[in-house]
Amino acid sequence: MSLLVAEGLGYTAAGRVLLEGVGFALEAGEVLAVLGPNGAGKTTLLRLLSGELRPSQGRVELLGRPLERYGALELALLRAVLTQRREVGFPFSAYEVAFLGRLPHLERRAEGPLDHAQTEQALAHTQALPFAPRPYPSLSGGEQSRVDLARVLAQEPKLLFLDEPTNHLDPRHQVEVMALCRRLAGGGLGVVVVLHDLNLAGLFADRLLLLHEGRMVALGRPAEVLRPERLEAVYGLPFALAQHPSGRPWVMPLAQAEPTPVAG
Amino acid sequence: MIALPRSVLRYRSALLALGLLLPAALLLAAGIGAYYIPPWEIPRVLLEKADQAYAVLVSIRFPRVVLAAAVGALLALSGAVLQGLFRNPLADPGLIGVTSGAGLGAAIFIVLVPGAGALQVFALPLMAFVGGLLTTLLVWRLASSGGRVQVLTLLLAGIALNAAAGALIGLLISRATDEQLRSLTFWTLGGYGGATWTTLLAMAPTGLVALWGLLRLGRPLNALVLGEREAFHLGVNLEPFKRQAVALSALAVGTAVAAAGGVGFIGLVAPHLFRLLAGPDHRYLLPGATLLGASLSVLADLVARTAVAPAELPVGVVTSLLGAPFFIWLLLRHKREVAR
Repeated sequence: MSLLVAEGLGYTAAGRVLLEGVGFALEAGEVLAVLGPNGAGKTTLLRLLSGELRPSQGRVELLGRPLERYGALELALLRAVLTQRREVGFPFSAYEVAFLGRLPHLERRAEGPLDHAQTEQALAHTQALPFAPRPYPSLSGGEQSRVDLARVLAQEPKLLFLDEPTNHLDPRHQVEVMALCRRLAGGGLGVVVVLHDLNLAGLFADRLLLLHEGRMVALGRPAEVLRPERLEAVYGLPFALAQHPSGRPWVMPLAQAEPTPVAG
Repeated sequence: MIALPRSVLRYRSALLALGLLLPAALLLAAGIGAYYIPPWEIPRVLLEKADQAYAVLVSIRFPRVVLAAAVGALLALSGAVLQGLFRNPLADPGLIGVTSGAGLGAAIFIVLVPGAGALQVFALPLMAFVGGLLTTLLVWRLASSGGRVQVLTLLLAGIALNAAAGALIGLLISRATDEQLRSLTFWTLGGYGGATWTTLLAMAPTGLVALWGLLRLGRPLNALVLGEREAFHLGVNLEPFKRQAVALSALAVGTAVAAAGGVGFIGLVAPHLFRLLAGPDHRYLLPGATLLGASLSVLADLVARTAVAPAELPVGVVTSLLGAPFFIWLLLRHKREVAR
C-alpha cells in the first residue's frame, strides 16, 4: 500500500482553476520534489495533500484511507508540514518553537523527558542546537528555517511536506537540508518537497513532479524530467543540459547579463 | 542527557511562587482595613469563631477579597487567551466587544428603567452580562463568512461595535439625571464594594465554567503561535477552537463585568507580567496569569479601600492608574523592537 496517493486532484478558487488533474503515488522511503514556476500551483498542491484545503476534484488517500476521514489530530500524528511562513507571535525561544512539534503527542499525556530528548535530537539534526536558547525572533532567516525544520522533525511524522525548505539558506545548509531529507527517507519516511532549485531537486530527489499553470507537465526520474526543451516550454527560458559528477542531470539557464554600456 | 530543560523549571517555579502569592495577598487584604486584624491572626480568629473580628472577616472582608480574586482571575485568563488567539500581545478583553456591550446593557438599565430599587442588585448584573454576550455574538457573526472566522475581521468588527456601543452610552448619558450619571460612572469604573456571598454565588456557575474551559486551551494556543495553518498542521481543529476561545472569554468577562463593573487593565497586564517573569508558553501562561490577575486585583482593591480612607476609590481607578503607565511602557518597548 502506498503511503500517499493523489488522483485527478484539482482545486478551483473564485472561478479560477489553480490546479487540475494531478495524480501520483508516493511510497515510504521516497523523496518527491515538486517543481514549477511561480504561481504554477506548487503550494496549492501541498495544501491539498496536507488536508488543509478540500480538493474541488479528485481525492487524496493517506495509508489507504481518504484524507477527509482523518481528524486534525490524527493527521498531525502522521504528517508534518513546513510552510514558508516564519512568524512567531510571542518571544518564544528557538527551543520552545522546536518543541511545538511535540504538541500532537501531548494531547493525551503530560510532557516527559523523552519529548525533550526528541526535540534536542531534532535540533541537532538541523544544526540548530547552538542557538536553541535564543529568542526565535532574534535569529537570522536561515537559522529560523533550521529551527522550523527541527520542529517538523520533532513531530515524528511518517510523511513530511516541505514548502521551499532551502529558502534563506546558504549553499552548504541547502545541501545539508536535502541530504537530511534523503536520510529521513532512508529511515522510511515519505518526503514531498517543493523546490525552486532544479539541480538540487535533481541531485537529491527520487522523482520530480513538474507543474505548469496548474497542470502536471511531467512526473518521473530526474533524467526524464529535466529536459531542456521541456524546461524552456515551462519557464520560458532556454536551458542547457550537463552532467553532475554524480551522474545526475545538471541544467542551467542560458541567460546572459546584458553588457552594460560604459559611460563616456 | 535526559532532563527537563531550564525553561520548564523556570515556568514551574514561577507558578509555585504565584501559587504562594495569592493566599498571601488574600490574607493581607482580609486583615487590613478600617477594622484591623493582623493577617497572621486570621487562622486563629477563624478557628475560635468568637469575637467581632470573626464577623468582620466572614461577612465583609472574605466576600470582598474573594470577589476581587475571582474577577481578577477571570479578566487575566481571558486576556491571556485573547492575546494568544489574536496573536497580539496588546489584545485585551475589550476587543471582542464584551466590555462595552456590558456597559451598554448596564447603561440601558440605569437610565431607561428608573426606580428599579431593590431589583437593581440582580437585574443590573444580568443586563450587563446579556449585553456583553449579545455584543460578542454580533461581533462573531460580523466576522464569520462561510463557517470561517478571520481573526483580523473579528478585531475590526470589535472596534466598530465598541464605537457603536460607546456612542449609544453617550446618547443615554445625555438623557440621564445626575443621580443616574453617578451610578453609571461608578459602575463604569468598577469596584468590589457591594460584595456579598450572594454576589459570589450568582457568578459561580458561569465563572467556573469559563475558568475550567479557558484553562484547557493552552496547547492549541501554543500551536496558534505559528499561525492558523500551522496550528491545523499540529492537530488543532481550528474553527471549533476559535469558537470556544471567544465564547468562553465572553462568558468570563461578562461574568466579571456583571459582578464588578469595568475593572481595566488587569486582563492586559497580568499575562504580560507572567511572560516577563517566566516566558510565553501558554500551558503555563494561562494558570500563571490567572493566579497573578487574582493577586493583582486583590492588592489593587486593598489600595482602593485604604489609600483615601475612610473614603474609597473605585478599584478601576487604581488598576488604570497603575496599568496605563505600564501599557505605555509596553508600547514604547514594542516600538523599539519593531524599529530594530
